[in-house]
Amino acid sequence: MLIQHALHGFREVLAPGALGVDPVPWARSQMAFTLAAHIILVPLGVAWAFMALVANWRGLRKHDADALLLAERWSKYMAVTFAVGAVTGTVLTFEFGLLWPRFMDRFGAAFGIPFAVEGLFFFLEAIFVAIYIYGWKRLTPWVHFWSGVPVVVAGIGGTVSVVAANAWMNEPGGFRLNQAGKVVDISPAGIFFNKAMPLETIHMLIAAYLVAGFLIASVYAFAMLRGRRDRYHRLGFLIAFTVAAIATPLQMVVGDELARWVYQNEPTKFAAIEIVPRTARDVPETLFGFITSDGQVRGGIPVPGMASILSDPATGTNTQIRGLASFPKNSRPTDSEANVVHWAWDIMIGIATGLFVLSAWFAVVWWRRRDLPRTRWFLRAASVAGVASVVALESGWVVTEVGRQPWIAHGYMRVKEAATSSSGVWATFLVIVALYAAVAVTLVLILRLMARRFRDHDPTAEHHLPYSPRRRRGVTAGDGKRS
Amino acid sequence: MTNVVAAILVLGILGYAVFGGADFGAGFWDLVAGGAERGARPRRAIQLAIGPVWEANHVWLIFVLVVLWTSFPETFGSIMLTLFVPLSLAAFGIVLRGSSFAFRKEVSRTSSQRNFGAAFAISSVITPFCLGAVAGAVATGRVPKGGVAGDLWASWLNPTSVLGGVLAVSACAFVAANNLVVEADRFHEPDLSAYFRRRAVGSALVTGVIAVAGIFVLRADAAYLADRLSGVALPIVLVSAACGVGTIVLHRGTTNLRAARAARLLAMGAVVAVVLAWAVGQWPYLLPTSLKIADAAAPRGTLITITVVFAIAALTILPALGWLYWLDQHDFLEAESEAESKSESGAAPEVAPAAKPEPSR
Repeated sequence: MLIQHALHGFREVLAPGALGVDPVPWARSQMAFTLAAHIILVPLGVAWAFMALVANWRGLRKHDADALLLAERWSKYMAVTFAVGAVTGTVLTFEFGLLWPRFMDRFGAAFGIPFAVEGLFFFLEAIFVAIYIYGWKRLTPWVHFWSGVPVVVAGIGGTVSVVAANAWMNEPGGFRLNQAGKVVDISPAGIFFNKAMPLETIHMLIAAYLVAGFLIASVYAFAMLRGRRDRYHRLGFLIAFTVAAIATPLQMVVGDELARWVYQNEPTKFAAIEIVPRTARDVPETLFGFITSDGQVRGGIPVPGMASILSDPATGTNTQIRGLASFPKNSRPTDSEANVVHWAWDIMIGIATGLFVLSAWFAVVWWRRRDLPRTRWFLRAASVAGVASVVALESGWVVTEVGRQPWIAHGYMRVKEAATSSSGVWATFLVIVALYAAVAVTLVLILRLMARRFRDHDPTAEHHLPYSPRRRRGVTAGDGKRS
Repeated sequence: MTNVVAAILVLGILGYAVFGGADFGAGFWDLVAGGAERGARPRRAIQLAIGPVWEANHVWLIFVLVVLWTSFPETFGSIMLTLFVPLSLAAFGIVLRGSSFAFRKEVSRTSSQRNFGAAFAISSVITPFCLGAVAGAVATGRVPKGGVAGDLWASWLNPTSVLGGVLAVSACAFVAANNLVVEADRFHEPDLSAYFRRRAVGSALVTGVIAVAGIFVLRADAAYLADRLSGVALPIVLVSAACGVGTIVLHRGTTNLRAARAARLLAMGAVVAVVLAWAVGQWPYLLPTSLKIADAAAPRGTLITITVVFAIAALTILPALGWLYWLDQHDFLEAESEAESKSESGAAPEVAPAAKPEPSR
């Protein structure tokens, strides 16, 4: 065919092994990039519906028009973020096959099971989110409210399922390999409820509520700093920030538990987190710093004995921590990967501590006088907290993903054995970076455009009437207008 | 057990072909609706029609991928390795389509609507083409078994794949046009109904011609499939053709809503029959003619899990989906944003809202 002749040049470039392009680093980059992009939308998809329902509930129960308006607008923003989240999530589904076909063909029968459950939840979420978003005008108030509840439930179920799949990569279980190396004796419960699953799923679920809360609150904090201190903005801030402020201390407890679980069950990851070169007792907690190629820890601020104490308070400084050097080189993160894990860890903990202080500040002031702290510094801090919480979220994923290296399924398959042989991944990576950058910029612009339009639109005017009687509408005529 | 899971996979493909296909096809009609002024009303009808349902319809694709990779993991690996290019293009297309559709709804300036609209419409054509080409590659046995890569280009740039791609685009357009006839009627736009009725007839004829041409392509390129289609699967092929002819008869004969609804059902039936014909055509092979379905399946525990999850899905998702469609078809869902309603509220009835520049406030 003509077209094939025309494509001959491309064929040379994209053929396996052409130009000596190794697909593995490109595949890793593409997966990391698309995951990092998608995870920002996940909290909004999972937790925003809950906050909208809180506002919706208040609006209906207390006849609070501001709360109702807030819920309606939040659902409109959600419509946009949910659409982008749905399609970026679909890309990940493709990428499991496109980038890691050898992993999928060997372990898909096991690894895929949590995704089947997730598919169920995602279907429900997509159905009810549409009913909730588009049902404001014509459904009766409480039917409409309840149509949003499955969105929250499905968001939780979906998060648990996907993170269960990730947990399985950390702690593969619920199957056996036969002599030919094929997956047999599948136990769906063993796969879904693998060893790493309980704590990891709870940690991400709380993270979703925490990040969504701080992210949404930060927008209202910023608006309040700019003088928009009406009840509507205050309510938007309060609902979101309260969710975040409740999630933060819970997350500290779960995170602490999880860290000790990692110490006991994933010693290579833990050695990277604490940059411990050689097995030792009385290990200092080094804040930042890095591990050098000759196995020394340089720089940073060491807190004597602290890593040992935190790993097991019962034995205190006497707690032994296995060092990176005690594992075979091809079964543990490299030194530079360990540094990445360690920095990501410190950033996550540092931000979490800051968010905890902010939450506590809010809680104390609210408890004493039912109001926000009066100083502008509180709002300034709250408007930074949104982005900070996203950084913490990304850092957490860096810890668990880079910390698992070089494995894709810990102990069973390495990343480089899993990758595609298509050397054209560099091209798809570049395309996807450009595409996502364009989508991200546009998404932010669109959300701002919507906010400006909502502001210009006077909610007290005769226009605003949710739950108005059902009418026939037209494509051209004005009878479907928002009035 | 294996056959049950294979049937579930086919059901997923059917769901995506019919419902997802109608959304893709709507994008096709958006693409060819003409300039901003002329195409404004059809575009708006398309937006109102697919706005509330496209995301739910999209999930069928995830469903298909998940069933494929859990139940037939090695074949999934082969398909993904071999068809890296069209599947990557399809993934890009999905991102572009979904986000630009959501964005377009929220902008009111004509130029922005045009840009997002173009991105939405073009990707609505590229994606089904790529997926159709993937189907063609699988059906003709160009994907090798055993988790290895076939030819990166010839696997999907060959007569059958091109046929599959073109047929997918035209079938989507066909089912979408039939759907939009009913939708336009629901919006009380008789002239738009007529507009889509003409397109329904046209796309039925074009799809028919492509299908007939396809007979010759398959004879030359995919002997196994061609034999099966003219043998055991022939009744299904004929049902599909009859459904297609039926839609033309209904649209030419009358303009009432009942007939349009019947035509929409027939159009869905025609697409269902085509997908079924493909499935029966390559039976019992997953990858004709190298890998049988029975030999490709995952361990029993996985297949049972998939079947159980599917049963739960049937009990929970189908009623929910039914409720969504029912609400949508009975005007309980409002697909408008404030941008649209704003531009509408000040507009004289004959000025199409989408063609209006941003209204002054």
